[in-house]
Amino acid sequence: MSVSVDPLFPEPAQQQSAQPLRPHAEHAFATELTALAAQDDRPRPARWKLSPWAVATYLLGGTLPDGTVITPKYVGPRRIVEVAVTTLATDRALLLLGVPGTAKTWVSEHLAAAVSGDSTLLVQGTAGTPEEAIRYGWNYAQLLANGPSRAALVPSPVMRAMTEGRTVRVEELTRIPADVQDSLITILSEKTLPVPELGEEVQAVRGFNLVATANDRDRGVNELSSALRRRFNTVVLPLPESVEAEVGIVARRVDQIGRSLDLPAAPDGVDEIRRVVTVFRELRDGITSDGRTKVKSPSGTLSTAEAISVVTGGLALAAHFGDGVLRAGDVAAGILGAVVRDPAADRVVWQEYLEAVVRERHGWTDFYRACREVSG
Amino acid sequence: MTGVQNTGGRRAARSDDDTRWPFLLGVRHHGPGSARAVRAALDAARPRAVLVEGPPEADALIPLAADPDMRPPVALLAHAVDEPGRSMFWPMAEFSPEWVALRWALDHDVPARFIDLPATHTLAWQGEEDVGARREPQETAERAGAEGEPAEPGTRARADGLRADPLATLAEIAGHDDAERWWEDVVEHRGAGVGDPFAPFAALDEAMGALREAEDGAGENSRDLVREAYMRLQVRAAQKEFGDDGVAVVCGAWHVPALRRRTAVAADRALLKGLAKVRADLTWVPWTHRRLARAGGYGAGIDSPGWYAHLFGAPDRPVERWLTKVAVLLREEDRIVSSAHVIEAVRLAETLAALRGRPLPGLAETTDAVRAVLCEGSDVPLALVRDRLVVGDVLGEVPAGAPSVPLQRDLDRLQRRLRLKPEAAERELELDLRGETDAERDRLLHRLRLLGVAWGEPAVSRSGTGTFRETWRLRWEPELSVRVAEAGVWGTTVRAAATSKAEADAVAARGLAEVTALAERCLLAGLADALPTVMRILADRAALDTDVGRLAQALPALVRSLRYGDVRGTDTGALAEVAAGLAERIFVGLPPACAALDADAADEMRRHVDAVHGAVGLLEETAADATGGAAGEGASTEGGRHGRGLRGRWREVLRVLAGRERVPGVVRGRAVRLLLDDGQLDHEEAARLMGLALSPGTPPAGAAAWIEGFVGGGAGGGLLLVHDERLLALVDGWLTRVPAEAFTDVLPLLRRTFSAYDAGVRRTLGELVRRGPGERAGAERAGPVPRGYADGLDTERADAVLPVVRLLLGLDDGRGSGGDGDSEPVRAGTTGPWEAGT
Repeated sequence: MSVSVDPLFPEPAQQQSAQPLRPHAEHAFATELTALAAQDDRPRPARWKLSPWAVATYLLGGTLPDGTVITPKYVGPRRIVEVAVTTLATDRALLLLGVPGTAKTWVSEHLAAAVSGDSTLLVQGTAGTPEEAIRYGWNYAQLLANGPSRAALVPSPVMRAMTEGRTVRVEELTRIPADVQDSLITILSEKTLPVPELGEEVQAVRGFNLVATANDRDRGVNELSSALRRRFNTVVLPLPESVEAEVGIVARRVDQIGRSLDLPAAPDGVDEIRRVVTVFRELRDGITSDGRTKVKSPSGTLSTAEAISVVTGGLALAAHFGDGVLRAGDVAAGILGAVVRDPAADRVVWQEYLEAVVRERHGWTDFYRACREVSG
Repeated sequence: MTGVQNTGGRRAARSDDDTRWPFLLGVRHHGPGSARAVRAALDAARPRAVLVEGPPEADALIPLAADPDMRPPVALLAHAVDEPGRSMFWPMAEFSPEWVALRWALDHDVPARFIDLPATHTLAWQGEEDVGARREPQETAERAGAEGEPAEPGTRARADGLRADPLATLAEIAGHDDAERWWEDVVEHRGAGVGDPFAPFAALDEAMGALREAEDGAGENSRDLVREAYMRLQVRAAQKEFGDDGVAVVCGAWHVPALRRRTAVAADRALLKGLAKVRADLTWVPWTHRRLARAGGYGAGIDSPGWYAHLFGAPDRPVERWLTKVAVLLREEDRIVSSAHVIEAVRLAETLAALRGRPLPGLAETTDAVRAVLCEGSDVPLALVRDRLVVGDVLGEVPAGAPSVPLQRDLDRLQRRLRLKPEAAERELELDLRGETDAERDRLLHRLRLLGVAWGEPAVSRSGTGTFRETWRLRWEPELSVRVAEAGVWGTTVRAAATSKAEADAVAARGLAEVTALAERCLLAGLADALPTVMRILADRAALDTDVGRLAQALPALVRSLRYGDVRGTDTGALAEVAAGLAERIFVGLPPACAALDADAADEMRRHVDAVHGAVGLLEETAADATGGAAGEGASTEGGRHGRGLRGRWREVLRVLAGRERVPGVVRGRAVRLLLDDGQLDHEEAARLMGLALSPGTPPAGAAAWIEGFVGGGAGGGLLLVHDERLLALVDGWLTRVPAEAFTDVLPLLRRTFSAYDAGVRRTLGELVRRGPGERAGAERAGPVPRGYADGLDTERADAVLPVVRLLLGLDDGRGSGGDGDSEPVRAGTTGPWEAGT
């Protein structure tokens, strides 16, 4: 049997990778983790894959004695990572706060990967998260057939982390309804999960950790009760302090994402990246980088994550529809989309910024023209 | 090392015996670790004399350190007697090694001496480098001894830092950012200090030697060499007196290699020849933790004196105690902090220290723990913690027996008597001037301000207004001790000093306004003796000054002072005379000065006219009060005549201004308004003047300016129009008369006037105008009135309604059986509910 090949839609290459779009951190950085584990001779807490010092090195980057280079996962103040790791080492729960786009989820994922070697135990908090997501659910068939028993219990990620001594991540803790949030209180203070239906309890073994993230700039958040708040050590992740730091972060992440999307690396793209970052910072801070002109801030956050996505989009545009070099026109549409969230107010802000700042700036004429074109 | 013979190199092998003495204890200034080490070393060595780095003129002040009333932080203050403004400090906190050494010596009855270069020379140097600093603006000098020869800025800055804080440099080299942490980690926590108290100093000695050799040439400067030469000579002298093995020296670590070096006495003496001198006076003054960074004597600064004080004073468990202090502070600020929080914070701090490889948690670890656990990640409460605890608001105390300028002693006496203690923290003080003590406190603070000692700032009082209340914001900064010492040249008591200073200031004042402000301050400070001089100068200046504007500016201040004088019970006869004289001059000078002004100047002149009007009113009141109180009826006394005469003459002036053509419209309008307000003009007259000003012949700008002057000035004018129908009628009448072409010219200026009013006032004005009928005497209607809207009754239209009314009331068919109370036929001309047109 011959296989007909349709000339219009030829078979895609056999090399189509079955790789997932975004592998987990413990798989993506497996080499680094194994190298660290091999070279780490400091004491490790029970069931931790690495010592706290090694976890900190994994997150902050460094060079091992045998020459392996650990890429930095989090670029920011050192003490943030140190406090986060120490919190987990002292069996306290960790709460990561920050505006959207400051790498809270990123840090929690890598922390879980480094500490427990597994970042898949995840509870996604939404306004409709039920208690089963945090405690346990029931296998109703089993329940009805054989009555309540351990076999009829469907453990939640938290319960599994407790029994196996691993790290569980709770995303968007403040979105979870307050009554469900409070079921965490006993888990965190007594490290036990009572199962009243069976008259039993599940006790956490050593190595159990909980990392939560929360957004402090949003509508519809349920503030944590003070009892729950007390069970956490809070670390606030700041926005990058300097332009250089932010450009570095964006460039590195764009590089990583680009590789996973098979985008060709853009040569000399750093200037465009710097331009995007500058625009975002000026709008975010409300003042131009030379400190002379005030600008209004739009309603969105214009965080680093958004800058990364704008640049990645621009790269994709350049690669597939352009000549492979990242230019102003490629990022202009993305910037417009990121800045103008509220069509009424933000548009005015954007126009003002364009006319007052971008037009006057030396060397930005192509950018200005591209933005004008896109703004219509 | 240039300029000094280097005999007997550092690296020569030494035996323990002969080179342990004299003990050179190199320290980090204000370092608690160094302080503890010094104490341990002195206890072990038991020297017969202790030499400390400091100005030798202060030797006589050392015994005061044992006084129970002396509480650090304090400082040695040296100031040049003849030149106020030149001073230097050697601050000492309770955790400073120098202080610890002095106390040890006093406690063990061992003579202690200061061996640094005398203050006469260092103060003279300071004067030179001030001159140099003015020439070279990029010199960021700290006083005394931290100056380098002009090497390139990079090495010089590094060398400065090295010399000022060599332990910090060592710590940096070792990878620590905090010198105290490094010392703790290296010396204290590792237990080296426990065994041999001299080991850390020996190690430091070698390290400093290595550092100095490495920085050879780049960092040397002549002043340090001179100081070290002097110190070497002193050490030699002490050794001669107390024996070779009885002397211990506590000095900055940087100087230790220099002191250990053997040099020829002649070479040292040669360096000390020909140094400039300046007469200097030394005393102890209280200091604050906040200012430990601004040493002036050492150049070494510390960022966290509160933390160091805690470390020094805590008997055990410093971390737990510190975090408890933080918790107490946060609780006072109404944050929820429980003991469980503190426990968790301690655990976090200790684990952080382990993670960072430190033997014990230091300030950085505790700060991170506080932020993560007690402050929930936020930096805002942390700033409070930092301010109150890490830096702290402690103010030291100096015993009364310390030598000080007589002014300082007087001030101390007054502070004690009035129970007004100097405090480092800012606080607000409300004074009721009717009370004797409060009034005296107020006077004291004003006098101090006159002398340049800004202990208190007058603040706007929050609760209650009125001339009987004064609010002050008090804060004692250690520099104020210098100011007090400098102000000692003016006199021996606060009152005498303030008086002579006020007189001197009056003579040196440049403008009339300055003198009047000075007069006001003299009155506030209750300096009745200075007042005659100030008044005389004021009168002279006023006589010579030809600028009416300045005179007009000065008058309100003067009149205010008069009122204060009444409130505070001082005799202000002379002041009243001067005020009256000033007012006369203004009356005479105002009309000519108002001729031919442009728009901006006219506005300013209008403001002056307003100010003078207010002042004259107050003046008359005050004069009337004064004479009324003094002479019962007070009918024909000088003051009364003055007052009434003044106001009459002012009104004359206003009339002149109102009528003169060349005076700008704004001023004329304002004059008319003021006269109208005073009742000197009736409305017809005002209307006539307005008509004149607004007649078609005048340019529209001038007319609009007149209006602006008449009803302008923000809310006052608007409300006037709202409440005074007649004025509104005047303006309305004019406005409706303005022909169309001129109207467009006039409109922008009018808009400016009326847009200054409140929105509410504007709305009310509009409604008033729309409502129309009121007493509109003298106003004419412009154009025909629509039928039915006139004032009087329109009988025709009324008649036309009658049949319908009859029909409604049922009068026609005679069925009106009393159901409606209106059985009378409605006749035109009677008032009823259907008046025509409304």
